[in-house]
Order: sequence, then structure tokens, then C-alpha cells
Amino acid sequence: MKELEYPFDSREILQKRRRIRRTLLADGTPRIPKRIAVLSGSTTSDLVEILELFLLNEGIVPTFYQSEYAQYWQDAMFDAPALVEFQPELIWIHTTSRNITEAPLPLSASLEEIEAALDRQTAHFTQMWAHLSARYHCPIIQNNMELPAWRLLGNRDAWDPHGMVWFVEELNRRFAAYAQEHTDFYLHDIHYLSACYGLDQWHDATYWYLYKYALCLPAIPEFAYSLTRIIRSIYGKNKKVLALDLDNTLWGGVIGDDGPEGIAIGQETAEAQAYTEVQAYCKAQKQLGVLLTICSKNDPENVTFGLSHPDSVLRESDFVSIAASWSPKDQELRQTAQTLSLLPESFVFIDDNPAEREIVSAQIPGIAVPAFDSPAACIRVLDRAGYFEATTLSVADANRTAMYHASAQRAQLQQTYANYTEYLLGLEMYAEIRDFTPMALPRIVQLTNKSNQFNLTTRRYTQSEMEQVARDPNRICLCGRLRDRFGDNGIVSVVIGEIAGDTLHVELWLMSCRVLKRDMELAMLDVLVAACKARGVQKIRGYYLHTAKNAMVRDLYGDFGFTKEKSFENSDTTWLLDLDGYSEKNHVIRVNQEEHIHDT
Amino acid sequence: MTHEEIMEKLCAVFQEVFDDETIVVTERTTADDIEDWDSLVHINLIEAVEQTFGMRFRMQEVSGMKNVGEMADIVAQRAAAEPPKKKKGLFRR
Repeated sequence: MKELEYPFDSREILQKRRRIRRTLLADGTPRIPKRIAVLSGSTTSDLVEILELFLLNEGIVPTFYQSEYAQYWQDAMFDAPALVEFQPELIWIHTTSRNITEAPLPLSASLEEIEAALDRQTAHFTQMWAHLSARYHCPIIQNNMELPAWRLLGNRDAWDPHGMVWFVEELNRRFAAYAQEHTDFYLHDIHYLSACYGLDQWHDATYWYLYKYALCLPAIPEFAYSLTRIIRSIYGKNKKVLALDLDNTLWGGVIGDDGPEGIAIGQETAEAQAYTEVQAYCKAQKQLGVLLTICSKNDPENVTFGLSHPDSVLRESDFVSIAASWSPKDQELRQTAQTLSLLPESFVFIDDNPAEREIVSAQIPGIAVPAFDSPAACIRVLDRAGYFEATTLSVADANRTAMYHASAQRAQLQQTYANYTEYLLGLEMYAEIRDFTPMALPRIVQLTNKSNQFNLTTRRYTQSEMEQVARDPNRICLCGRLRDRFGDNGIVSVVIGEIAGDTLHVELWLMSCRVLKRDMELAMLDVLVAACKARGVQKIRGYYLHTAKNAMVRDLYGDFGFTKEKSFENSDTTWLLDLDGYSEKNHVIRVNQEEHIHDT
Repeated sequence: MTHEEIMEKLCAVFQEVFDDETIVVTERTTADDIEDWDSLVHINLIEAVEQTFGMRFRMQEVSGMKNVGEMADIVAQRAAAEPPKKKKGLFRR
């Protein structure tokens, strides 16, 4: 919904929240329910109301548990029955520097006393996180601390251990250390957020005195959105692609008119520097795993001229797709999405031209089209919108562009083979299909939470849930990695089944669309069947849970040779395979034989 | 701004905050007259009135107003004393 897209009008959201909520709930979008516990050291009612709007907009219907006023610690540590009964799927701890109890210390305090106070304050939180994590096995989001509203020691507050500023910074560093060492624990950086907002406005104490809000009411939409960035990332709703316009977006000027030497890029002028920084920002996003594409109304040779400009930070090889033509941009974007086997709504479209933005956002539901009016604003809006919030980072992220390039080379190879099987054999594929390993877990969680199309049940798992599943002796968990002569695709498929009696119930079967039509799903099935037989399982029951996005696997189990058991009105189906007489189906991928690895 | 103009604008704010276009407020309207007007909505209402008229209520006024008429009186006083500030959204200065 437009009112909730970044950059938004906070005042409008606060004031029209009821109408916005009513409209969202009536729009018929399918949404996943989530139980979110809010454990807080100050008032949260408006925060929760606005957070609900942003989450509804992201396809999540939250139900909330809110601790009684400032009872966050008691609720957490003494297992408040209402909280236990609520069974949170996500816990957000809303504490602020108003909840710091061990500081400021008198000037007479010794360094040892200060250290001890810091230890106590840290333990107050770490004990709570450890307890919550062990009790509820769900993601925990914790605010760090914003800077205080005043400084008794003035500038000295920053470096003197008796200063509140020093104490807050030190505590934040300890929070960060905990976050580095624990999975499924996420810091919500209100230290940064409050600075962006402006500390004086943020700390308008009227709201504390009147209502016990630890931040000013007008800042609540910014706060709720910032939190939403983390939550949507945890549930795999990040964007994947940055589709960029060229003229006056990646460089100043119009290359078709001004020529390659006439465009503003480099360090010569202020304008050129601004565009250079935009390019550098996009390139840095690429290195974090965001895919870059070009969507420009230009002649193709102009793209080459512009991107081979000596001062251009971005090169043609940084992009996984370059669309330069005169067709409408929404059509170009859909075409690019199809080529990359991605959904158009996983794109962020960056264009300086408001008219192009308008067409694209009107024609492609769900695509992000942020508005900006200068190169500097472009970076800021992209950054604050947090489309690519990196709650998890896996090794595969850094190599993603290379993987897409390899897939383009494969497409070329395909044209030289007489038939498809010959092409597949020519790829010299090698798959490793194994139990989950701790090393692979972050990637498994990431893939599980973002795969929509080749996904039979679209079940999502948090890191903690996945760890539990992996340990469960009644489950068979397989992850598949696929390499070929053009490169390593990394882990591309995940299957989880639960054994009950003589039957394996497949609760999750998914594959990255990067490796469609490579027979990888057959290799997975072969290994799954072998694993079942080794455990004495005689049948496999498959479930297809229909969503708006997974029609491509509607008949997957049928193609595997399963028999359809039941069809439901909502297009869901269940399938059964008797393992007696099963013969291996994959004949083009070598599986689990280390010595055959190709390093080309 | 005349008293009528203020009442008219206040009425629009009430309709928006309560998401109910049928609400009509008079000077004698109190929290008892509008079903949803509890302490939580009161916070939104105060905020919306402040934003609309570009003024702030004093802390003791927030809980001390007896009816919409008193609210309008304070708005009239304050709006006359402090010219409305330019709206400043975050990140769009």
C-alpha cells in the first residue's frame, strides 16, 4: 500500500491508521499469521498498532502479546503463564536507555565499581535472552540503547567511564558481542535510528511524562518500519534484485545526447562525484549478494559505452541482465524477471524519472519503486528502506552474481547440443546430497525462507527451528549442492520429512529456480528413497500446498510417479509413493562421489 | 482562523482518527459521547490535533480538557500565539 511504502508520511500513517488497517484487511492478500511477543520497558500500544500495519503490508498477520507496563524482565524470567500459553514465534524486547538501572554512577565510583555495574547491567539482559531462547526457540529481536537526552559531564560524558554516554556505548558493544555469538538473535539498532531522527525530537520528554513512551510519538512509524525491516528479512521477504536506470540515475546526463565523454561520472565535478557514490553503493550491495540489472531506454551500445567509461565504478560484468531498449519498462522488468527465474515483486526499481516510476509501480504489484530527487537522496532512500536487510549472510551471497553469469554460459552451451539429455550430460554435473551440517545451516534457513516457486509446502523455519529439526531422530533432512563445469551453484535444494510408522511425510521440498530442469529434483528423490529404505520406511507421502506462487510444482509428485490420494477445493493435493520396486530416476548427475569433482 | 473554522477542522480530525465519517462534534462533545474514545485513542487525537494546527498542548491540558469546546479554545489561543511551523517530515527536510 502506497501510504506504507518508504519514504512514507509518518503523520498520515498515525492519523489515518484505522482506515489504512481496514483497507489492508479487506484487500484479499494471502498472509501468514505470526505470534509476536512484545516484552517492554515502556508503553507500546501505538508502536504495536503501527507495526501491525507495516507487517500486514508485508504479508504477515501478527497477533501480539504485550507485557504489562515495564514487566519485560519478570515476564521473561518467571515464565508468565500468559506468555507461555501464547507460544511466541518471535520475541521483541523493547527496552531503551530509560531502562538502564546501573548508571549513571557518582564521580566517586572506582573503575572496578563501574566495571561491576556494567557487568550487572549486561547480565540483566543476557540472562533474559538465554532464558527466552531456551524456553521458546524462536527469533529474538532486542533494541540496543539510544544515546541519553542529556550529558551531565558535557563532552567528557563520551570518554569518562562515569559518563552516561560512555556507559551506553559500552553496553551497546556488549550487546553487539552477544549478537555476534548467537544465532536467531537480532539487534534493532535504535542508536542509529534515533540519531537519524534527531535525538532532541526523539527524546521529547512530554511523551514520557504523559504516556511513558520512551520516544516521541511522531517517530513511531519510523521505529515500526525499522523493526519491520528485520522481521520481513527473518521471514524471507527481502527483495533480491536492484534494477537500475542509467541516464541521470547511474550517471549525470543523457548518454545518447551527450556522448560517453559528456556524462557526469568520476571525481571532476560535484555532480560526477554524487553519481560515482551511487555506483559505488550499488556495487557494494552486489558484493553482499544483491543482483544488479539494467533497465534503461537506450540503444544497447550506449550501455556498453557508459559502463566502460574509465571512471565508471560499475562494469557490464557486475550486472546479471542488461535490458536496453525502447519498450515500456514494466515489460522489460517482467522479461528480465522471467529470464532470471525470479518474481517481478522481488525487484527494486531505481529510476530518476517519476513518470517511469509511476508506470512500473502501477503495472507490477509488489515491486518496490522508491521516490527520490537527487543522487544523494537515492542512496539515502535505498539505505533506509532496507530492502536487502542482511539478517543472515551466507558465503553464497557474495558469489551470487557469478552464479547467474555461469547460468548464462550454460544457456549458450545448450544451443550447441542436439538434445536436452546430451546437454545435461555435457554440463558434467556433480551433486552432494547430505544430512544438514552446522556449516550449511544458515544457507539452508535462508533458502527455505525465500523460495516461493519450486516449493511444495512453503513452510518457513527460523534458525532455531531448523536446528531442532536437524537434531530430531525421527526426521530425514537432506540438502543438495550442485556443481557443474561452469561453477558451483551452492546449496540449491532442501528436503525434510518426518517418519511416522512405515511412512515418511514430506513436510518440506524446495529447490532454487536457478537449477530448474537439471534433474536435480530426481537426484534428491533418489537419495531420499535410499535414506528411507535404510531406515525401514516403506512409503513416502507428499503434500502440495497451493500458493499464489508455486503452480510450477503442482504436478511434481505425479511426475515423480507418486499416486494422487486427495485433492482439496483450494487446489492442495496429497500423494503417495510405495518404495517397493523403486528404480533410480537421475541419470545425468553424479551424486556423492568426491573423486569426480570437476574444478573447471 | 475563526472559531467555526477551528470546529470544522477539528471535526475532520475526529472523523479521521475514529475512521467514522458520521461523527459530528460540537463544543459540548466529551469522551462519553464517542464510543471508542478511550485513553489510547486520546493520545492519537491529541497528536493529530497538534499536527493539524501546528501547535502543542501543555501537559496539564492534555488530561484537563473537559470538552471539545475547551480544546478549540486552546487551539485558538495557541494558533494565534505561535504561527504554524513548516511541516518537516523525517529524511525530507
